[in-house]
Parts: sequence; C-alpha cells; structure tokens
Amino acid sequence: MSVTANNLCRDEFFYGHKACAGCGGSLAVRNALKVLGKNAVAVLPAGCMSAVGFNFPQLCFANNAIISTFAGTASMLTGIEAGFRARGIKDFTAVGFAGDGGTADIGIQALSGAIDRNDNILYICYDNEAYMNTGIQKSGLTPFGAKTTTTPAGKNIHGNIRPKKNMFEIAAAHNIPYAATATVGYMTDFLNKVEKASKIKGTKYIHVIAPCPTGWGIPVSDTVEISREIVDCGLWYLAEYENGEFTLDHDPKEFTSVSDHLKKQGRFRHLTDEDIQIIIQSRDAKWEKIRRDWRK
Amino acid sequence: MKPYLREKTSFSFAEVPSDTSFEAGYLVSKNAGWRSIRPVIDIEKCVGCMQCYLYCPDGVISIENNKAVIDYDFCKGCGICKKICKINAIEMEAEKK
Ligand SMILES: Cc1ncc(C[n+]2csc(CCOP(=O)(O)OP(=O)(O)O)c2C)c(N)n1
Ligand code: SF4
Ligand SMILES: [Mg+2]
Repeated sequence: MSVTANNLCRDEFFYGHKACAGCGGSLAVRNALKVLGKNAVAVLPAGCMSAVGFNFPQLCFANNAIISTFAGTASMLTGIEAGFRARGIKDFTAVGFAGDGGTADIGIQALSGAIDRNDNILYICYDNEAYMNTGIQKSGLTPFGAKTTTTPAGKNIHGNIRPKKNMFEIAAAHNIPYAATATVGYMTDFLNKVEKASKIKGTKYIHVIAPCPTGWGIPVSDTVEISREIVDCGLWYLAEYENGEFTLDHDPKEFTSVSDHLKKQGRFRHLTDEDIQIIIQSRDAKWEKIRRDWRK
Repeated sequence: MKPYLREKTSFSFAEVPSDTSFEAGYLVSKNAGWRSIRPVIDIEKCVGCMQCYLYCPDGVISIENNKAVIDYDFCKGCGICKKICKINAIEMEAEKK
C-alpha cells in the first residue's frame, strides 16, 4: 500500500525543534521519521538538523537519535547497525539525515565506504544547497550561479562558477541496491521512496531537495511551492536507481520557466540573461541524456 | 507519541549528563513567541484533506474529527499551510502584542 497523508503514522518524532520557520530540511526529517516509525535510530551529523534538534535540555526527537561527527554519518550508521545486530535486535532502521555539505563534501568517503560494504543502512541527504548552519557557504551541491557568502555575486563573477555535483549518480555508480531523488514539494513521492528503501536490504541513498528560506532568499511560506517548481522547470528530476537501472519517475511534458523560478530566489536574483541561458542549456543537455538512457 | 513539554525545565551543571544520552522527546520551551502572524482555520470550510498536516515543517497540525487543529505552542507562523490549502480555509492573522 502506498504512503498517503491519510495512512501516515500520526505520531510526531521531530517536534518542538528550533529550525527556522518554513525550513525544508525539518519537513523532510519530520515526515521520513513518520514513515520509519519509533524504531528508527537516527544519525544527524553537524548541520542544521542536529543544531535545531538537540539543544539540551530541549531534545526534539521522540525516537533514538544521535549527533555524529560532520564527516561520520555513514560510519556511525554502520556501527549502529552492527551494534543492534550483535544484540539480536531486528526491528529497527538505521537512518542518517545529512546535509549537502555533510554528504557531498566531508562525508562522501564514509558514505562511499558504507555503500562499498553494502551495510544495511538508509542514508538521506537533505539538500539545501549550501552549508546553512554556519551561515550559507558554498558546498559541492550548490548550483551554478547561486550566491553564497563564499561565492558572492560581483560585477565579474556572478555567484558560484561550478555546477552541482551529481550525488545521486555518484551513489548509483557504486552499484548501490537502491538510490532515489526527491523533493519536499512532492511529499508522497518522497515518502514512498523512504518506505520502499526501508524494505530493501543493503545500503540505500535518498537525495531530497529541501529548500532553506534563509539561505535561498525566499519567503518562509514558499518552501513547498519552490520545491515543486524546481522539478516542474526541469532543474531537478524525480528518479530511482535499482538493479543497475535508472528510472525516471516523472517526465514533464513541458517545462515551466527557469527564469521565473530563479528570480523568485534572492540567491539567483543577480543572474543575467546569459547566465540563465547557460543554466537552461545544461538542463536541456541533462534531460536529453535522461530521456535517451533512463527507463520511463 | 510526540515530544512534549516537561515540568522540570532547568538543570544545574551537576545534573547535566556527562555522556551523550538523555531522555528522548524532552521539551522545555515553546516556539510560539517566534510568530508575528498565526494561521487560523475556518472550521466551516475545512474538509480535512490533510495537506496542511502533510506539509507542516513543525508537525503542529493534526486532524481531529476531520478538521485541522493547530498546536499554537509550537507553530512558528510560516504560512505554508495557508498556501497549500486549496480551498482557502486558512487565513494568516496578525498576532496581537
Ligand atoms: C569537522 C567539522 N568541520 C566543520 C564543522 C562546522 N560545521 C557545522 S555545521 C556545518 C555546515 C553543515 O552544512 P550541511 O551539511 O550542508 O548542512 P546544513 O547546515 O546546510 O543543514 C559546518 C561547516 C564541524 N562541525 N565539523
Ligand atoms: S538555516 Fe535553513 S536549513 Fe537551517 S534551520 Fe534555517 S531554514 Fe532550515
Ligand atoms: Mg546544507
């Protein structure tokens, strides 16, 4: 049975946290835990979700949850899974919630190692496209053109000059049992991927776009709308990797305007028409490959 | 099951655990003071479709008797619920000082 708002567990496992109003990361963590239930053991590395969830004595997880080192999400998941197994406990899910910096930059080695060993863990990267908790620095998942404190927009250089790393395909390239992309804007798609991943043995990786109003320069009420638009305009895609094959889950007939989408966000407002053309061209090149090579 | 506000809200230094473990879901402060606007549900209009519940980052909306109910102790007033509600059953109102 697929996960819907109606059959989603009514318990709340991430409550009273201190995330900014409208935080996409907290929405991803909250609902993923509702799918996994009270036996989820969550690992949160340094980053916004640990910073807003554990402020002793305000401890906002109802299930077992622990902060890991910034680089060590996956290795701590490995240890938790092994420890529970050694104690004969079977009914649990070791789940990690790491940011884009914690995943694509500093934590990539531990993640790669865990996938290589095929440890039975679920790794969820909530991607807000910068190091938000330390004040919006560029990460390997910051998209081209985005303004951050370390990629400022000036007269000559218009924000980040590098494209976003493709973590989904990097995870898939390990021949991982299951990997998927999602966005908090299409919540039931995300939650069904979490549910599916929780039933697969071995390493699972889910990459969920989770807008940060503070870092993206959007109104706090627009998180969901923006994270739908990013899929609708083709700058993100909903896909899965399983049994060595990529599958595209949603193929938009027509893309909505990239320019309109970007201009709603403070971090992109400086972009010129030429910059936006570069973004559109790279989108089109990617979709040409997706439509040619992936199953639909 | 959900983290909830406790009676004991302050700890002396000696009581702070020296290892990293403590009771899960232990809340000592509300988030209500963050709000400048609050969502108000029009009970007549609400059809209990659960979309506001599904998309609330703070999990403060529950559905009781097929109607949305807000926990104002923890609502931060982001307004995502108002935007998501297709039938406009939610209005944002200014918080009184
Ligand atoms: C080894 C180490 N380096 C740096 C930091 C400082 N630090 C804490 S959170 C953070 C940013 C995390 O960014 P990301 O993983 O994208 O998560 P977000 O805060 O955006 O949710 C940094 C750099 C740290 N805690 N540990
Ligand atoms: S800075 Fe961004 S990611 Fe961090 S809590 Fe605020 S909205 Fe969430
Ligand atoms: Mg981040």
